[in-house]
Amino acid sequence: MSSIIGPASYKLFGFFPTAILSFIVPVIGIGLFVYIMARRIAPLVRAAPDSRFDRIDQRIKNLLVIWLGQFRHPRYMLAGVLHIVIFFGFLVLSLRSTSLVVIGLSDGFVLPGFGGLLGSVYNFFKDYAATFVLVACIIAAIRRGIYKPKRYAVPETLGKDHTAEAVFVLGIISTLMISESLFEASEIAYTFQVTGQAHFLAPLSLVWIFKGMLSSASLEFLQGMHIFMYYVHDLAFFFFLCFLPMGKHFHVITSVFNVFFMRVGKGNIKPVQHGIKDEELDNLESFGVKRLEDFTWKHMLDFYSCADCGRCSDQCPANAVGRPLSPRFITIKARDLMFKNYPMSGEIYKSKLLVEDIFTEDEIWSCTTCGACEEECPLGIEYIDKIVDMRRGMVDEGMVPQSLQKPLKALEKRGNPYGKMEKKRADWANEKEFKAHHTVKDLGKDAADTLFFVDSITSYDDNIQEIARRTSIILERAGIDFGILGKDEKDSGNEVLRFGEEMLYQDLKAQNTEAILESGVKQIITADPHAYNALKNDYTGLPPVRHISQVVAEKIATGELALKDCQDPDQVYVYHDPCYLGRHNGVYEDPRQALDAINGLTRVELEKSRDRSFCCGGGGLMLFYEPEEDTRMGVLRVNMAAEAGATVIVTACPFCLVNLQDAIKVAGKEGQIEALDFTELIEQHLK
Amino acid sequence: MEILVCVKRVPDTAENEFELNGAGNDLDRDDLVYSVNEWDNYAVEEAIQMVDNAGGSVTVVTVGDDESEEVLRREMAMGANNGVLLSDDAFDGSDGRGVAAILKAEIEKGSYDLILTGAQADEGAGQVGGMVAAMLDYPYASLVNKIDVIDDKNIKVGREIEGGNQEMNEIALPCVLSIQTGINEPRYVGIRGIRKVAKVEIPVKGAADLGLDAGSVGDAGAKTRRVDYFVPDMGDGAEMLEGSTDEIIGKLIEKLKANGGL
Repeated sequence: MSSIIGPASYKLFGFFPTAILSFIVPVIGIGLFVYIMARRIAPLVRAAPDSRFDRIDQRIKNLLVIWLGQFRHPRYMLAGVLHIVIFFGFLVLSLRSTSLVVIGLSDGFVLPGFGGLLGSVYNFFKDYAATFVLVACIIAAIRRGIYKPKRYAVPETLGKDHTAEAVFVLGIISTLMISESLFEASEIAYTFQVTGQAHFLAPLSLVWIFKGMLSSASLEFLQGMHIFMYYVHDLAFFFFLCFLPMGKHFHVITSVFNVFFMRVGKGNIKPVQHGIKDEELDNLESFGVKRLEDFTWKHMLDFYSCADCGRCSDQCPANAVGRPLSPRFITIKARDLMFKNYPMSGEIYKSKLLVEDIFTEDEIWSCTTCGACEEECPLGIEYIDKIVDMRRGMVDEGMVPQSLQKPLKALEKRGNPYGKMEKKRADWANEKEFKAHHTVKDLGKDAADTLFFVDSITSYDDNIQEIARRTSIILERAGIDFGILGKDEKDSGNEVLRFGEEMLYQDLKAQNTEAILESGVKQIITADPHAYNALKNDYTGLPPVRHISQVVAEKIATGELALKDCQDPDQVYVYHDPCYLGRHNGVYEDPRQALDAINGLTRVELEKSRDRSFCCGGGGLMLFYEPEEDTRMGVLRVNMAAEAGATVIVTACPFCLVNLQDAIKVAGKEGQIEALDFTELIEQHLK
Repeated sequence: MEILVCVKRVPDTAENEFELNGAGNDLDRDDLVYSVNEWDNYAVEEAIQMVDNAGGSVTVVTVGDDESEEVLRREMAMGANNGVLLSDDAFDGSDGRGVAAILKAEIEKGSYDLILTGAQADEGAGQVGGMVAAMLDYPYASLVNKIDVIDDKNIKVGREIEGGNQEMNEIALPCVLSIQTGINEPRYVGIRGIRKVAKVEIPVKGAADLGLDAGSVGDAGAKTRRVDYFVPDMGDGAEMLEGSTDEIIGKLIEKLKANGGL
């Protein structure tokens, strides 16, 4: 016999044509897969609507960068690189696997166009792909099975460890790689023995190694190995396909869709229901997510797509301080519920209230909406919109902790969470020394082209009012004609919206919008990133909004603001990125540039900075919430700053300032480290 | 179980800065915001929970002017089934006994198994609940912090006693209870909830509807009258320690030692 018999022509025991197997295995495999997918899609069909077909250009970009480019993976270097190897290996080998299925029915089949040079080049690379994937799987298995990185641990209360599933899947992938290589190596070894024809093989690839090992094997053995390995691969391939939708490896199928449909906006919150305008909200029967089916189909797809990599929770500040929230388990618990309520056969179960079934109220209130989880997720899974949707549901059911009810009621009655009188909103400008040298226009009486939107904490908190005064002085020195809304300004509602009190937010938004438009200003400036975010990303139809740090950076660049040499050159400054300035709005450089414009100022960087900044504890209503936690986020943050060698933490957010100042006291670091607002530092250094 | 909860609209202590008016006989009410008396929220929440478990309905009632309707709507947004506003010019100036008489008249029009009031109101004297019970000749328990339904004839109520002790009493229905805060966690009422009940009809009843003699209530019937209203002068006993935090602590320790406190 001059050449090996392929699975399409082989007769088992001399009479049974294996081509029958080559036909039956794919038919059953694909049939089963289609059935499984149909069952998996069932909940998505019953889910809430979601509009994800806008901004296609941005979605394609995400697909190229985040999915194909695996851009977020190296943020965790070892795991990331291993994943990239396996990912690209899979992409390359998908063609080989497809043609292998056909080879079982037609000997020597090659995909159209792969007959000539392209085929040779492809074979060269796919041999390496299989090799690298196997090596990556072995390293990954050792890592998961022996070293067990902490972020994969499953707390006892949340079910059993996921290591077994992970290692099992790595085993299947390895089986695929080895069987494919042996299938090929056995044929090449056979041909070499019979005809002496040497076949070019990628050196040190699996096929190359196996061919070497098989060079002296008998022809019968090689023939048997060739057929056996074909079916090992065939069965493993279709088993794997049907196994994917059963757990965390579903992402192999869903990731491309999940990344394409991921959120493309920044800083904003999804509407209560897609397709329902603000004016129509009163007509809705129910608000927010109460039961599983209230989630949008994209949010359900998120649950399916989670690879359980734990990066979200590793970055989550709430998780870090021991609050009862771990974003990873928001997803895992919801996915388990989807699997349970929508089983592979039999009836679909009726879902219960999520906060009584799989989540707790405290878990959902624990989120500061800092966005660290979403920034990290390599699959583009969202959390903030889901948390806000569940809070909307709880608010609608009256499930709001007492600690939040008071400030919410005060916001309703007085437009600020402290219950202070509206007429005292501009009292910060009456401080004796400030008033002696500066006046602030009230846009109710005078006109100006810029609105300084102060927001509640900066208006009413005795300590934080300083930010309002310093901001005014900076604006004045920069030659900006500005005024404030005074008693007509209401809380921006950034947290009101994010704490699920939609109608109250709508109310605040309407009042502010009316007052702002009536004032006729051409731009809005604020020193509060939460206000900045709400006005910029949640409100519509307003003049452009900027944060004071952007204005300062610009005016320094144009020379309209000049800064003195550092007044306290012995200090070491570090800039803490506020979530709503940095992560949610991408303002990372302006505050740093402004700081660096102060001659002689020594500035260090925190390890967790820019898009990996660590939340100080949350702003707005979060200041009123009393969470269960082991320590404060601010304390962890202050310790990080101390480790970085800083003696002054500069931030650009009133809430960060409050949290960090408190944290310095709690951490017992008074006298060693201090927290300072950006405006205070800049104002001190105005020439 | 048919439950009636008596509620009151009061200036919100959390959201106001109180100042006296020019005449010095009342608060300056120009810039005040009002809300439901805090204790009443607990009473309504308790009633709703009892009805959720045992069936029946919750009715909220208040004596006041047109603006008091807002507190009824808020309680209905919480889950009370019906609201009744008792309003009449003749009711103006009623003292505690007058308010109790008005409520008694309304209670006798219905057939309630249980009457709940807040233990007290923010600007009240904590007297109406007891008076209503006396006028109706119903049993009464004050400062109730726990209710267990036994059957449709009797309930068990808990009262917190000085020193943190708990007392349990069996009480026959119908009865009047004044409810202490902490008995439950009142649910949140958002703007959306209030809007949902914005169009529900709330009957308004005056003296004639209740069969009350206008002269027996309001100013005419009041036997107590507020004659003065002021912020008390600082007593001699209070001394404000001044200085930095450390200095204040030092002085405080000295004083405590000097007076045998340490």
